[in-house]
Amino acid sequence: MSEFLQMGGYAWYVWGSYGVTFACLALEILLLVKRETKN
Amino acid sequence: MRWFWYASPQTFYPLAGKLAVAGGLAAAVLAVVGLYVGLLVAPTDAQQGEAYRIIFIHVPAAWMSMFIYVVMAFWAGLGLAFNTRLSGMMASALAPTGALFTFIALWTGALWGRPTWGTYWVWGDARLMSELILLFLYFGFMALHASIEDPRRADRAAALLALVGVVNIPIIYYSVKWWNTLHQGASVSLSAAPKMAATMLSGMLVMALAFWMYSVAAAMLRVRGIIRERGS
Repeated sequence: MSEFLQMGGYAWYVWGSYGVTFACLALEILLLVKRETKN
Repeated sequence: MRWFWYASPQTFYPLAGKLAVAGGLAAAVLAVVGLYVGLLVAPTDAQQGEAYRIIFIHVPAAWMSMFIYVVMAFWAGLGLAFNTRLSGMMASALAPTGALFTFIALWTGALWGRPTWGTYWVWGDARLMSELILLFLYFGFMALHASIEDPRRADRAAALLALVGVVNIPIIYYSVKWWNTLHQGASVSLSAAPKMAATMLSGMLVMALAFWMYSVAAAMLRVRGIIRERGS
């Protein structure tokens, strides 16, 4: 597991890519769902 | 199918809701499969080690950034030609999601560039510059639309910008052929045999489908918001 998280020394690059991507998408959906329920 | 029936925002509204749910569910399932293949099944790259795994979001995000722009310009052009209200709303609904995927393509590209090229960013590189211009085209479209009060006039003005900006799409795509660039050539070609392992290719294609379905869901949710807010 920790070997997987280390990504062969490229953890910052790989998880920085995946993390920011999914945070962005989650935020967009959150804002859209909020707009959907507000009015 | 009664296409013109759905050209009216009011009749399209419930359909957009159904498409948003269907797209969201499809995106979630595809993302789980794509991430499983990309992170756990696909083998380590012989040259780049694990760093190459960025490909599973970088390439699909870059494809979506260009594809969404073309679809946005298509709707914008349709609105200009036929003066249909829903067309402009569709273009406006796509722009923020397109901008988001452009940012993701640039961000993951930077994080991939550092371990492979030794730098996060190169000013003047044709592929990087044309993709950055794409981000500014999305921002320009949204800013121009927001600056004009009458939504129908805003639709037309922004549509012109969107149509002019389409010229940037082939420039992005062919930039790696036309200029000397650090960026590697196309990963996938319809005319040549795949250059990568089958699991790598399939993981990338599944992630591209996931992003596509996500974009459908996001755009449909946003167009519902636009229809409500314009009160028509």
